[in-house]
Amino acid sequence: MAQKNIGAETRINRWGYFFVFPFVLVYVLFSLYPTLYTFMIAFTDLKGLKQTYNFVGWANFIRLVQDQYFWGAVFNTFIMWGWNFVPQLGVALILAIWLSDIRLRLKGKGIFRAIIYMPNLLTAASVAMLFRSLFAYPIGPVNQFLQNYLGMYDVVVRDGATINEAFQFFRDVTMSRGIVAFIQWWMWYGQTVILLMAGITSISNSLYESAVVDGANSWQTTWYITLPMLRPMMLFILVTSMIGGMQMLEIPFLLTDMRGGPDFKIRTTSVYLYNMAFQGVNDYAYAAAISIGMFLITIVFALIIYFFMQDRTEPKSAK
Amino acid sequence: MMKGINKDGLLFKHTFIHIIMIFLGLVAIVPIYILLINATRSTEQINSGISLIPGMNVAYNWRALTSRGFQITQGFFNSLYLAVLMTVLGVYFSSMTAYGLHVYKFRGRNFLWGLILLVMMLPPTLSFIGFYQFVARLHMLDNYIPIVVPVIAGAGTVLFLRQYLSSILQMDLIDAARIDGAGEFHIFNMIILPIMTPALAVQAIFSFVGSWNNFFTPFVLISSTKKYTLPMLVQMLRGDIYRTEYGGIYLGIAVSIVPILLFYAFMSKYIISGIMMGSIKE
Repeated sequence: MAQKNIGAETRINRWGYFFVFPFVLVYVLFSLYPTLYTFMIAFTDLKGLKQTYNFVGWANFIRLVQDQYFWGAVFNTFIMWGWNFVPQLGVALILAIWLSDIRLRLKGKGIFRAIIYMPNLLTAASVAMLFRSLFAYPIGPVNQFLQNYLGMYDVVVRDGATINEAFQFFRDVTMSRGIVAFIQWWMWYGQTVILLMAGITSISNSLYESAVVDGANSWQTTWYITLPMLRPMMLFILVTSMIGGMQMLEIPFLLTDMRGGPDFKIRTTSVYLYNMAFQGVNDYAYAAAISIGMFLITIVFALIIYFFMQDRTEPKSAK
Repeated sequence: MMKGINKDGLLFKHTFIHIIMIFLGLVAIVPIYILLINATRSTEQINSGISLIPGMNVAYNWRALTSRGFQITQGFFNSLYLAVLMTVLGVYFSSMTAYGLHVYKFRGRNFLWGLILLVMMLPPTLSFIGFYQFVARLHMLDNYIPIVVPVIAGAGTVLFLRQYLSSILQMDLIDAARIDGAGEFHIFNMIILPIMTPALAVQAIFSFVGSWNNFFTPFVLISSTKKYTLPMLVQMLRGDIYRTEYGGIYLGIAVSIVPILLFYAFMSKYIISGIMMGSIKE
């Protein structure tokens, strides 16, 4: 009887293969195989319209390590991600703490959260085009606002005379990077608020109750309970934002000239990969090496974050 | 109530936070508002300054757009077609995979689960060059198949749905159905899918928005303008032929954004609770 039962169970369990088969098939064809194929292409000289290729060993990787444009793109990506992430986490943390504080009795919390999350759902390509129009030179809405309402002009010297002119935002490196970082912040901090609020909700109420019994004020409960308990959620947000940020593509791609202008200073690694593979000489092999380089750099950053956060938690939990 | 706030010395903080909330709300809305207003104004009106009142030039802007080969209606329906197809396929096959992984104890199950968790962490660019070359060698460039089919292996959706299943599914239910003689796929389609509806709805919303917004894969693969999706069309507005048609440019961007705004107006509650649902179980 027992024997027969096991047989029937195995037979039923075999159905599992049918259920996961489509996933496995598509995964192998469209994800696993292309990933391995990318690794292979990175060791070849596949270029342009050619169908054939030769293996060239580590040549593409040697070129990558020495390519100042690649490292420039890595730097740009990291700078723009950082300019977006620090205010993103800061603003979101403050908002999440305020919105979760029932003693404050804030009005319109639900609608506020819905509104600040809204930009996250918009088509990134359209958002890039929108901000390109808003910051346009000479008569985009931002320039109109600065001139008509604030009386702000860009003071330039031309032919020995100083004249007031509209800002050429996309000619200026800091402004352009700032606009990219702002758009990223604008699109993502609402989601971070929601995640942090979810994290705060899951903190046990008894922790707060016992702290209040011990005479803690709201500042102390925030500092000694909320923030330490949110650490895993903040780590999660940091790592996912970093992985996503290293892939940043549509905004810097469409905001200026598709090559990360001005002077390639908003060119992210993804934009560089596109420029190499799908423009000019179509150097697929080098683009494959870039994508592997990006992947390795992302892993290194993730490990650094992990160890950095580890070291700081250890003494606390030992206490 | 106000007295209680006063006593705690919170009135100042209370007002201050509301001002910040209003300010941040405006920061989120104003760019979209200017977009929608300018989409209705003529180029001269747009050049003359910012306005908070809509103009009367939607029809003119629409003609300015479409007369230059900007196939916006076609693009809209292409995007809609892709988004619906990708949502249905993605959600159905992901729930099938999640169910298979959760209910049946077959060999390789843990390996596959580990693989799914690993795939989640891999950046999509890692496989992109190989994917493009593979599709090119299959002669499937300029075809929707390589855009649609990969959604069947959506690791994130499987992860979310399996976690949902493990929190709600009673094995007794399946056993009872088996005793009644129901086949395994029949059980999945007729019993499991209906009880998964809340999670399926959340995933469908995200999947729909994700496909609607998808720019890069179609941008690289698709070459005939007839098959362009909305984000690809919007990207064309960078071109010189639209240089002076500011109203038209704003209108073109608005057409890609308004459906999402309408969708969000009705779905925001589910979307926000969906994000929270996904996050707490991480």
